[in-house]
Amino acid sequence: MKICVLVKSVPEAGVTKRINPSTGRLERGGETRDNPFDTHAIEAAMQLKEGGELQVDEIVAVTMGPEAAAKALRKAVSLGADRSIHLSDEALAGSDVNGTGYALARVLATESPDLVLLGQQSDDGECYTIGAVVADHLQMPSLTQVIKIDVEGGALRCERQAEYGYDTVSIPLPAVISVGDAINEPRYPSLKAIMGAKKKPLETKSAADAGIEADRVGYDHARAHCAEFAEPPAKAAGQIIEDEDTSETVEKIVAWLDERKLLA
Amino acid sequence: MSGILVYALHYEGAFNKNSLGAVSEGARLASELGTECHAIVVGEGVSDELAASLGAYGASKVYRVEGPEGLAQPVVDAMEAAIAAGGHGYALFGGGLLGFEIGAGLAARLDAGVCMEVTNVRVEGGKLVAERPILQDSQISSVHYRSDVGVIIGRLNAFEIKQTGGTATVEDLSVEFKAHSLQAKMLQRGEQRGADVNIEDADILVAGGRGLGNAESFQLLEDLAGALGGAVAATRAVVDAGWYSYSAQIGQTGKTVAPKLYLAAGISGAIQHKVGMQGSENIVAINKDANAPIFEFSDLGVVGKLEQIVPKLTEAVKARKGA
Ligand SMILES: Cc1cc2nc3c(=O)[nH]c(=O)nc-3n(C[C@H](O)[C@H](O)[C@H](O)COP(=O)(O)OP(=O)(O)OC[C@H]3O[C@@H](n4cnc5c(N)ncnc54)[C@H](O)[C@@H]3O)c2cc1C
Repeated sequence: MKICVLVKSVPEAGVTKRINPSTGRLERGGETRDNPFDTHAIEAAMQLKEGGELQVDEIVAVTMGPEAAAKALRKAVSLGADRSIHLSDEALAGSDVNGTGYALARVLATESPDLVLLGQQSDDGECYTIGAVVADHLQMPSLTQVIKIDVEGGALRCERQAEYGYDTVSIPLPAVISVGDAINEPRYPSLKAIMGAKKKPLETKSAADAGIEADRVGYDHARAHCAEFAEPPAKAAGQIIEDEDTSETVEKIVAWLDERKLLA
Repeated sequence: MSGILVYALHYEGAFNKNSLGAVSEGARLASELGTECHAIVVGEGVSDELAASLGAYGASKVYRVEGPEGLAQPVVDAMEAAIAAGGHGYALFGGGLLGFEIGAGLAARLDAGVCMEVTNVRVEGGKLVAERPILQDSQISSVHYRSDVGVIIGRLNAFEIKQTGGTATVEDLSVEFKAHSLQAKMLQRGEQRGADVNIEDADILVAGGRGLGNAESFQLLEDLAGALGGAVAATRAVVDAGWYSYSAQIGQTGKTVAPKLYLAAGISGAIQHKVGMQGSENIVAINKDANAPIFEFSDLGVVGKLEQIVPKLTEAVKARKGA
C-alpha cells in the first residue's frame, strides 16, 4: 500500500510574519523550515511501515507551494519518504483553505493513496482543517487531531481528544488522518539520509498536470476573501521580571500578588 | 431566503454551550439580515423536547436528522441536504473541534468560502463579514464570502448565549449518507482520562504545561496551589502525554475558566489554550523563553526556569501567609 504525507514549508519561528496591506496576503518571506507538525505525520507513516502490520510499499511526500517549498520535501525524504511530489504553479498562489484543499486532493487523486497523513495544523495558517477538506474531495473517511494509531484488522484504531474527552474511532482504509504532536517523538534524520535525500525522485507538477480547474484556485478565486486588517484593541503591556536572583524574583512576585489581594 | 443554518452539537441529552452561543449569534444576525435562523441536530433518537429547546435561543426551525453521533462526515451530508432544502446562505458553528471538521468538509462539498477562529460577525451591505484574529492575535482580518454559501466557524466562547424565549418547529429531514461518511465507527466517546478534578470553581489556578518536563514535576505546582489555596490546571500537551487529568485541561477542547488568579508555569500560550483562560482577572506566567506568546497577554511575566522559581515561590507564599 501507499501512504502520502502532506508537508509544508512555513516561516522560521523567529521570522516576523506580516500581512502585506496592499495585497492582503501573508508575506512568507525570509527563512523557511518544515512545519514542525508535519514531522509527526512522517514519523507516523514510518512507524506504520516499520510496524509491519500493514504492508507499506511506499511513502510519498506531497507539498504545494513556491520553489522554496521543495525544502520541506527534502526534509521529508531524509526522514524516510521514498519520493516526493511538488505541486507548484503561479496560479495556485494565494489560494484559501478551500482552494488549497481542493488542489492537494487533485494531486493526491493522481496517486490513489491508501492513506493520507498530515500534521494537525500548520505553524503559520493556524487552520487545522485541510485534512477535512481533502477527505471530502477524495470521498474518504477522515479524522483530525489523532494522537494514537493502532492497526486492527486492516483498519486504523485512532484516538483523539474532542469536546467531551477522548474518542476512539475505527477508520477503514483508504482514509485521511491528521495527527497531533503527542502521537510520537519524531526521529532525527541521519547525515547519510540528508545526503541521500537529493537522489530520491522529486516530481514537479503544474496545476494542469494535476487536473486542477483554474477557476477554483489562487488568490482571485478564493471563496473566502481577506480584505481589511485591523489592530485589535490594545491591551496594557504586562510587567516583565527577568529572573536573575531568584530570591529577589520571588519577592517581587509575592509583592505583586499581595498588591492585588491575592494572598488573603 | 438566504437564511443561516447553525450546527448544534449535543452530548448526553444537552447542547454544547458553544453551540447555544452560535444559535444565539445566528438569530441576532438573521434578524439584522431580515431572514431566519435554523438549527440542525444529528443524532440517535433526539427527542422533540431537546430539538425544540433551541427555539429559546432564537432558532425558528430545527432540522432533526437521524444519524451517528460524534463524527463530522455524516453531519456534512446532513447540512448539505438541509441547505439544498432551505437555501441557506450561511452555515455557522460554535467553537470546539467537531465544528471545524464539519465546516471544512461542508466548504469542500459546496465549494464554499470558509473562515475559522471567528471572533465577531458583522452585517455589511446585506451580507455577513467574518472577523478573524490572525498572527497570534496581533491583527484582525475581515473575511468576505464570494460563494453561494459562507461557512463561519467561531472561536471558543466567541458567541454569547442569549435566551430570546422563542419557539421552534422541529422538522425531520431524511438524509442519504455518502458511503465514505458512514465508514468511521465510534468505538468509545468522551473517555475521561485521569482523576476527576474541579478547576471551574477555583478562585486561583496554577496551570502547568510541557515545560514541566514530566508528570512528577506537577508536584511543584500542587505545592504552590496548596500554598495559594487553589487548584492545578493543565494544557492539552500534558494531558495528551498522560502527565495530568483531562478534567483539569483548559482550552478549546477542555474547560473555560476565569479565576481571580491564573498562574502558568511552562506554558507557551497557544491560542487554543488562551481561549479557555483569557477571561482570568490576573494572569501571571513563568516561562524560560522571553519570546513565548503567553507574555503577550500576561499581566505579570517572569522570564526564568520554573524549577528554580516555583519551589521558592511556594515557600515565600507560605511565609507571607503565615505572617
Ligand atoms: C483543534 C485543537 C484544539 C486544541 N485544544 C487545546 C486545549 O483545549 N487546551 C490546550 O492547552 N491546548 C490545546 N491545543 C494545543 C495547543 O495548540 C498547544 O499545542 C498546547 O496548548 C501547548 O501546550 P504547552 O504550552 O504545555 O506546550 P508548549 O507549547 O510545548 O510550551 C511549553 C513552554 O514551556 C516553556 N518551558 C520549557 N522548559 C521550561 C522551564 N524549565 N521553565 C520555564 N518554562 C519552560 C517553553 O519555553 C514553552 O514556551 C489544541 C490544538 C488544536 C489544533
